[in-house]
Amino acid sequence: MTPEQTAAAAPAAAAAEEARVGAVTPAPASGMVAATPSRVDVSPEAAAFLVSLTAQHGPLMFHQSGGCCDGSSPMCYPVGFFRVGAVDVHLGDLHVDGIDPIEVYMSRSQFEYWKYTHLTIDVVPGRGAGFSIESPEGRRFLIRSRLLDDDELRAFGLDDAVGDTPA
Amino acid sequence: MTVTTPPNTYAAPGRPDAKVAFKPRYDHFIGGEYVAPASGQYFENPSPVNGKVFTEVARGNAADVDKAVEAAWRAFDSWKKTTIAQRALILNRIADVMEANLEMLAVAETWDNGKPIREALAADVPLAIDHFRYFAGAIRAQEGSTGEIDADTVAYHFHEPLGVVGQIIPWNFPLLMAVWKLAPALAAGNCVVLKPAEQTPASIHVFMDLVKDLLPAGVLNIVNGFGVEAGAPLASHPNIRKIAFTGETTTGRLIMQMASENLIPVTLELGGKSPNVFFADVADERDDFYDKALEGFSFFNLNSGEVCTCPSRALVQQSIYDQFTADGVERVKKVKQGDPLSMDTMIGAQASNDQLEKILSYMDIGKQEGATLLLGGDRADLGGDLTGGYYVNPTIFEGRNSMRIFQEEIFGPVLSLTSFSDYDDAIKIANDTLYGLGAGVWSRNGAQLYRAGRDIQAGRVWSNTYHQYPAGAAFGGYKQSGIGRENHKMMLDHYQQTKNLLVSYADGPMGFF
Repeated sequence: MTPEQTAAAAPAAAAAEEARVGAVTPAPASGMVAATPSRVDVSPEAAAFLVSLTAQHGPLMFHQSGGCCDGSSPMCYPVGFFRVGAVDVHLGDLHVDGIDPIEVYMSRSQFEYWKYTHLTIDVVPGRGAGFSIESPEGRRFLIRSRLLDDDELRAFGLDDAVGDTPA
Repeated sequence: MTVTTPPNTYAAPGRPDAKVAFKPRYDHFIGGEYVAPASGQYFENPSPVNGKVFTEVARGNAADVDKAVEAAWRAFDSWKKTTIAQRALILNRIADVMEANLEMLAVAETWDNGKPIREALAADVPLAIDHFRYFAGAIRAQEGSTGEIDADTVAYHFHEPLGVVGQIIPWNFPLLMAVWKLAPALAAGNCVVLKPAEQTPASIHVFMDLVKDLLPAGVLNIVNGFGVEAGAPLASHPNIRKIAFTGETTTGRLIMQMASENLIPVTLELGGKSPNVFFADVADERDDFYDKALEGFSFFNLNSGEVCTCPSRALVQQSIYDQFTADGVERVKKVKQGDPLSMDTMIGAQASNDQLEKILSYMDIGKQEGATLLLGGDRADLGGDLTGGYYVNPTIFEGRNSMRIFQEEIFGPVLSLTSFSDYDDAIKIANDTLYGLGAGVWSRNGAQLYRAGRDIQAGRVWSNTYHQYPAGAAFGGYKQSGIGRENHKMMLDHYQQTKNLLVSYADGPMGFF
């Protein structure tokens, strides 16, 4: 599959999910804070790294993995390398100055267990396995998680969990 | 955690009395010889024991993979014609050489991966040796079949090798996981291109150096490198006939996507979040069996928790919960952490810095989710030369099965502990996971033990035991934990074609034309 084909296919697969997930991040004007809550964010270090990786490899996306070994790691691929499908949820986009928004996906089944958490993609020294694009650089993307607060839970239609968040 | 400096410690590689001497650099092994990487580039390989670089390894790319696949196909022409007796003999000889060099391989494995030497000596390497012997025997005993379709028509079924196969190896048991894949593939008459994990690329070369003269050139080729640069070109190579992978779900999906383009089979082992279920009758007596169950509770520390079947969810029946978990926590407190090369060390280092960071990030989310920390919960600094190594204190969280620490394989010595009310509740919680690779059940009641084992949706249910991996017991996943069964002669099927000759012995025509 060419990147062009995936670019056409991926948003279509994601579109169905976005309504349910309510996770689409509007692209904020430069320097502004997003007006609505987002499920995903990126650390300054990871953002700078993504700029460098994009210069090498072209537009990128993330798919959050599960399972053993490097499971639970976010896998970063050139757009079109990994095919997302109807089984995936589009969690939102990372907005980094100077490059295209970076879509972040996770399988729907995994999302059922992750939906109460906000994810920040960070980067640490290391050498992840899998086919993630950054591992030859000696750095590895990593997920930092926090629980959604009550306002965010309401915004994502997770009212049942409001008030459960530990102080 | 007790940090000790015991007397019986293996010398660290680099010292003159070390059991293994790593080379300063490892090339690829292609076509029976060491071959420099096409890129001319190498990457540094640190030991997780102290965080220091001890060798550098070829940074492979698609050109290297092409070369290895070509070499493998050249070798296949004659390798496929070897008799099963010849192949079995070679596998047995490999096992013998490994056995004669057990300590060398074990120290290499510990230095590359960080695992305690006593595990490498007692489990990793002996299991790998036995695995070669098992498949040497299995291939000798394998027969095709004949079917008598009618009096004059016979169907003959022959096993034939697939050809050249690709294998991508994980970093948690670098030698053993390689052998799980190599032994059936070679026994069946295939040639292999194997990519070790980039975190643990060195011990397989110690192995290769020992056995390289036993195998014809090109039958086993090793291409090192990063997943994206060497693993992906291997998995998507148009001239491999099968790809085998152990790892996580996203890469598993990606490998299936690549395999779908070439219409080749895959076997995948993708891990899990294994439940370890303790029924109330475990505590009926304070006897050897109770002691055994407490060991079972503590088994999440094996290989520093870096096991696809780590019993990382303990489910304990409410009626014994307080006492059993108190005893279990006390037992885990006795797990000795220290220099992985010491025979007294029970838990060593995590395999890489990013793995350490990931484990710490899960400890953080566990605390945020409101789980109660019963033990550990932080990084361990063992001091001295080990300060730079990647150590984590054995950790126990008490919480609910819906928490993320109960649902994701942290791949560290982190136990998520919860209770259940009755049998149905136990099965419900045990099966409330995306995965189904391993599980444990503990009970003095044989019928309950049997029923629970059948009701838990996992490929391997250890019943009144855990973490045994004998050759001859099929190992593989339900649900999102993968496809295929390793560790058993049925794995031969995953590396073989079936050739059917349908033969007519009738004298006359069929009568259609």
